Amino acid sequence: MALLSNTAVLLGKELRTEFRSRELLTTTVVFILTIVVLFSFTFDPSVSESRRFGPGLLWLAFLFAASLMLQPCFLREQNNDTLSALRLSISDPFAIFLAKLAANTLFLLFTQVLLLPAFAILYNVPVLAAFPQLVLVMFMGSLGLSVTGTALSAISAQARMRELLLPLLLLPLLTPVLIASTEATAALLVPNPTMRWDWLGFLLAFDVVFLTALWLFGEYLLEE
Amino acid sequence: MTTASFTPTGIRFENIDKRYGGLYALRRVSLEIAAGECVVFAGRNGSGKTTLLRVAARLARPSSGAVSFLSGSGEKNEARSPAGFVAHATMVYDELTAEENLLLFARLQGIAEPASRAATLLREVGLEERRDSLVRTFSRGMRQRVAIARALLNEPAVVLLDEPTTGLDPQGASWFAETLRRLRDSGRTVLMSLHGESEVSTLATRAIRLDAGAVVADTLTGANFRSILAVANA
Repeated sequence: MALLSNTAVLLGKELRTEFRSRELLTTTVVFILTIVVLFSFTFDPSVSESRRFGPGLLWLAFLFAASLMLQPCFLREQNNDTLSALRLSISDPFAIFLAKLAANTLFLLFTQVLLLPAFAILYNVPVLAAFPQLVLVMFMGSLGLSVTGTALSAISAQARMRELLLPLLLLPLLTPVLIASTEATAALLVPNPTMRWDWLGFLLAFDVVFLTALWLFGEYLLEE
Repeated sequence: MTTASFTPTGIRFENIDKRYGGLYALRRVSLEIAAGECVVFAGRNGSGKTTLLRVAARLARPSSGAVSFLSGSGEKNEARSPAGFVAHATMVYDELTAEENLLLFARLQGIAEPASRAATLLREVGLEERRDSLVRTFSRGMRQRVAIARALLNEPAVVLLDEPTTGLDPQGASWFAETLRRLRDSGRTVLMSLHGESEVSTLATRAIRLDAGAVVADTLTGANFRSILAVANA
């Protein structure tokens, strides 16, 4: 119970500080909207071509969004050494990870909610046909991006070349998540959408494995 | 700060080594601090003062050796330190108000009535009027007051202060000295690191000098006391 209540308190802090400063969301939303708009000029947005390239482009934009969001996730805690204050205050440091993971996932979902209509209009792709399934895939994919990114953000925040280290570690590890998410999304944007449960199962397994690793070894990632 | 609702607690360092790679930050430090002592750690930059305090706060794990807290009921070795810690950094969030910061940490520490405790501490550190102001709008001295209030939330029996007067103007330093006097007189065990002699250091009852991670001098108030601080400042 202490874990859940501490996670809830910390999540509240994450949301409050972000909505007060709007540092992450503003930068990320502007950045990924620019990407999607720019690519819409490059590709012929006929339905067939959009369905071919669209899912990959969409998840590439989400990957960039995640990279931008995850970098300051633990770095911000170092400005005033607030991470130490959190470690002194709670008995289970997994709550810190859970709160950051939940916040990152929510921020990613928020950007996806903004991006999806723009994508549908600019690329002429109908997204409403399988909207609930699409939301599920986006949630599982975002969770995969966040769980891996949150762990690596904690590692890279203590390193010297931290700005370089996070993308360097993140991109290879996230390749399976991106492939699974792209394939599952692509299957939902065709004329007869089908849910690819195999890819969704893969995403679920990935999320569970990384979350378990974070639970087991998270404490060591925060140590000096 | 004046009501003692804690168990007087001492602290024992047993053969503490702390290495970062091949570099020794602490070397075979063995100390026993009795409950209620007010100890100042002096030494040059890099002598190991901050590392020792962070080991005591259990923020850094010693490479070898052990830290234990000694209360009336015996030795305690919990994973979480029972000490309140004021570091050189303020350890509070700039984007939260003074009250929000205290409420956040009070809730995380499971304090029964967080709002009431936060209000009491804000009054004690003289920030009641600015409770709703964002910490980023505060001066260094005001931030330090919030930091002290945060460290005292759970009424710790041991208080660790890492260069607490850095960046404070003379007025702020005087306020801090008065706060420290009250902490000491309330029976808390205080461990602090300082660079040299000051109004604050005169309140200590014991001075320990560190050099290259090792304890090189340890004395109670007396003839050697000032020399320890003076040498550290040289």
